Amino acid sequence: MSYEENGMPKKNPLSAQIDLSKFSTDDFEPATGEEKKQQEVMGESVTFFKDGCRRLSRNKLAMASLIVLIVLIVSIIVLPMIIPYGYSDIIKVDGKRDKTAANLAPFTYSQREMEYMERTGEKLFPHVMGTDSLCRDYFIRVIYGTRVSLTVGLVASIMVLVIGLLYGSISGWCGGMVDMVMMRIVDIIYSLPDTLMVILLSVVLNQTLKPMIENIPFLQAIGTNMIALFLVFGLLYWVGMARLVRGQILTIKQNEYVLAARTIGTSSGRILRKHILPNCLSVIIITTALQIPSAIFTESYLSFLGIGVKVPMPSLGSLANEARDGLLSYPYKLIFPAAVICVIVLAFNLLGDGLRDAFDPKLKR
Amino acid sequence: MSRYVVKRVLLAIVTVIIVSLITFFSMNAIPGGPFSKEKATSPEVQAVLEKRYNLDKPLGEQYILYVKNILHGDWGISTKTGREVADTISGSFPISAKLGLSAASIAIVLGLILGSTAALNRNKWPDRVIIFFTTLCTGVPSFVLATLLLLVFCLKLQWVPAWSPTNPSYVLPIIALCAYPTAYITRLTKTSMLDALGQDYVRTARAKGVPQSKVIFKHALRNALIPVVTYVGPMIAGIITGSMVVESIFTIGGLGGKFVSSIQNQDYPMIMATTIFLGVLMVVANLITDLVYKAIDPRIELE
Repeated sequence: MSYEENGMPKKNPLSAQIDLSKFSTDDFEPATGEEKKQQEVMGESVTFFKDGCRRLSRNKLAMASLIVLIVLIVSIIVLPMIIPYGYSDIIKVDGKRDKTAANLAPFTYSQREMEYMERTGEKLFPHVMGTDSLCRDYFIRVIYGTRVSLTVGLVASIMVLVIGLLYGSISGWCGGMVDMVMMRIVDIIYSLPDTLMVILLSVVLNQTLKPMIENIPFLQAIGTNMIALFLVFGLLYWVGMARLVRGQILTIKQNEYVLAARTIGTSSGRILRKHILPNCLSVIIITTALQIPSAIFTESYLSFLGIGVKVPMPSLGSLANEARDGLLSYPYKLIFPAAVICVIVLAFNLLGDGLRDAFDPKLKR
Repeated sequence: MSRYVVKRVLLAIVTVIIVSLITFFSMNAIPGGPFSKEKATSPEVQAVLEKRYNLDKPLGEQYILYVKNILHGDWGISTKTGREVADTISGSFPISAKLGLSAASIAIVLGLILGSTAALNRNKWPDRVIIFFTTLCTGVPSFVLATLLLLVFCLKLQWVPAWSPTNPSYVLPIIALCAYPTAYITRLTKTSMLDALGQDYVRTARAKGVPQSKVIFKHALRNALIPVVTYVGPMIAGIITGSMVVESIFTIGGLGGKFVSSIQNQDYPMIMATTIFLGVLMVVANLITDLVYKAIDPRIELE
């Protein structure tokens, strides 16, 4: 390169570059250390998990859903400690049962409560969602209903996850005859009409479990309906997860790094733990997240039919079912639990969609 | 292909047998027979009743007898009403079928139209509106929607009369039933339509100067239909289960409503018959869906 006499590069007449001959070296100053640092192109190395979390945090809908769910979970844990009513107790005024408190509208008091407040000047906790026909505070019932529904959804999904994961990985890893037999069983369970079977089995289990758990106080506390629900989920819904895990394992098994691991004599269990399962993780997370709302859906559906969680324990579905009796006079009794179901299911669905987009870009629909 | 058909039909038959086995034996596992509620029936009366309903024979024989009777068109006698179960089913099934088929066809037509509209107007306002409402619809259980519809349009506004056998109004139940499948098909169609519109053959067709409508209907939509076909089987299953609550909310005397009331009454023959009947229906719907799917999309590898 040739230079002008002021030290600047000479411009080629055909080049599009700026004619630097108009400037001198005095017009430029050396970059400071800080400025040099800005030029460095060095991104922090990101793991798959971090990358996914970053993509998820950019998804506004998914983050909003996550916040809604966290608020909901915190409030169903904290609120029962604050509210001085029980989900199965008749409201008591001054230690006596208040029979005038039936079917109150939201934020109103019964006659005896008002008299009591006038006499003592004490402010009673308001009935945020009114009361039901048996003089129970409706707000606390909705909160307990949400607790039950969320618990059922979470526990059922975890059960599906564990059973499906074990079954699917054994089937996919072993292959051959074992795989064939295991998958035929899955095929048959998969083709069973699930909702019909769920209804049937929960009717039956409800009845047959009662004498069985009479002597076990822990199981009795959970209640036959709940156990029946979990059993049914555990019996029927794992097949989807098992199929998925098996399919993933079959694909991943073909990869070179698994072959390499096997060549250097890695044990099967280690390959499964270190190489195969981490690679199916995204699919498993996404499916579990989408399993929760469907479990909540099924539970509320069964409770609505009167075969889910039973009295006095409320669930969102059974609350909606009870609300049908006085639908015209007290429509808010339907609207509160129904709104909570919709919010939970929507939030989980949107979060699941967000997780899918974040952790499995290939699967994007 | 024929090997696949045989395999698939065999699986369907095995499934039906298992459904009937589960139904029969689980119903028998319930402690307390259908007559245990009646107070003060003498042992003689009990014996006569049990003999009449074949309850005195061993379980295995009861099952074989039951299947044999079903195949001969005798579905047993309802222990609650004393009527023939077969009569109840044949009387109430047409109502459910009419309801379910209308909901299914509306869901498919509406879903395809909305889904294609959303795909063709990607990221414009029609797309956003459609996706907003379909997302909303997937979060609302059918029983909530049905009860709300009943409350608003039937009881408060009184635009639609309540359901009665003489003056049946199917509008609200159909809306309640088809909301979810419509939303699902819309989302499915949108994705597969976007996928199809991005394909090379669509670009080629456009480059050749094929008119837009022909590109959409002949090239894009036909290929976008394939994933929708796979949803038809699950959709029918969903509509059948959905119609149970929807029918009992609107007090429609269809099969779904009968099933719900038979559960509440512990009417064994009725529960068994309805489960087996609806189960067979779902299995057949899934079988047909699978076969049609393989037939229209030869790219799918046969197992």
